[in-house]
Amino acid sequence: MFTGEEFVRTLTELGVTHVVAVPDSTLGLWEEALRASDDLELIRVCREGEAWGVAAGLYLGGASPVVMIQCTGMFESGDALRNVLYDYRMPLFAIIGYRSYLSQESLPGDTATEFTEPILKAWGIDYRLIDAPEKTPLLGEHYQACRAAEKPGVVLIAEGQA
Amino acid sequence: MSGPDRIPLTGALDALRAVRTDEVVVTVMGAARDWVAGELHPLDWVYVPSSMGQGTSIGLGIALARPDRKVIVVNGDGSQLMNLGSLVTLTAAGPHNLTVVLYDNGVYEVTGAQATPAAADMRADGRDLDYAEIARACGFTSVHTFEDLAAWQAGVRDVIDEPGPTFVLLRVIGSPTAGGPRPPAVRGPDRVSPFRSALSGRV
Repeated sequence: MFTGEEFVRTLTELGVTHVVAVPDSTLGLWEEALRASDDLELIRVCREGEAWGVAAGLYLGGASPVVMIQCTGMFESGDALRNVLYDYRMPLFAIIGYRSYLSQESLPGDTATEFTEPILKAWGIDYRLIDAPEKTPLLGEHYQACRAAEKPGVVLIAEGQA
Repeated sequence: MSGPDRIPLTGALDALRAVRTDEVVVTVMGAARDWVAGELHPLDWVYVPSSMGQGTSIGLGIALARPDRKVIVVNGDGSQLMNLGSLVTLTAAGPHNLTVVLYDNGVYEVTGAQATPAAADMRADGRDLDYAEIARACGFTSVHTFEDLAAWQAGVRDVIDEPGPTFVLLRVIGSPTAGGPRPPAVRGPDRVSPFRSALSGRV
């Protein structure tokens, strides 16, 4: 959907300061551009639950982080997410890789596609899906809308071969 | 876990409070329980309610956002085990302004003092794991262990003033009847903005 340079440029224009991330085979393609950026700091964590905690600390310190993980990592990190988004009402934003979304017909059977959106709905998180290149502006639009409303938000990045 | 060479947690926290000036202090679980018994500082992040294990991650985030501020995370051994990888994340980022103070009592104290998997009682080899060794293996080069309150009282200021990341292991006495932490009187969401303001110097 994005090249690394496009992704970095978009986040930089939005005023994002830190990307707290665990890579997957799609999100990881942006890593070189993220590491090369003078405007964004990439913070690589060992497991996705950490990402929410680190992002919360960055937010408490006045920074503007985003969390970037795969949907499987969102599943893993539910309690950390719950704590910062609900116990403390921190308006954190996440970019979440939607594993196998684009290959559901050619490579069926990945249950990640069954649970990703229902879980986001269960958490009450406002999300948008980017599943085609023409939808990439949704990232900036939804980020800005969530910032203005001071609420959490997610953009799902469809993954897999179409 | 108890013994003549171990430190009472309340005494350890009193020693920290006695030398604390304008550092951010993040407390969790038993430390949060005992920290709120004293007068709170605007730069206290009493992490209750918590997602267990996230104290070190939150402290790392604050330290990276505010490299001009010293951040001290007072973490329990059970909490650290929930997020052991955070020690690797922390040394990878390498903030010079972060100190992790791990108080090891060998148990999940707030749930009734069940032994952790790192405690001798739960281990096939009958030996406690040494968190100082774990910290070194995770990349900390500044590591200290205290088993005596007087030594901690004498050394706490110097340890905090060291360029970090620093890891401090306090072997403490368990308090199995002390109960769990209670959240501060101000609800979590209402503590976020004042803390951010205090950290930015807007108070």
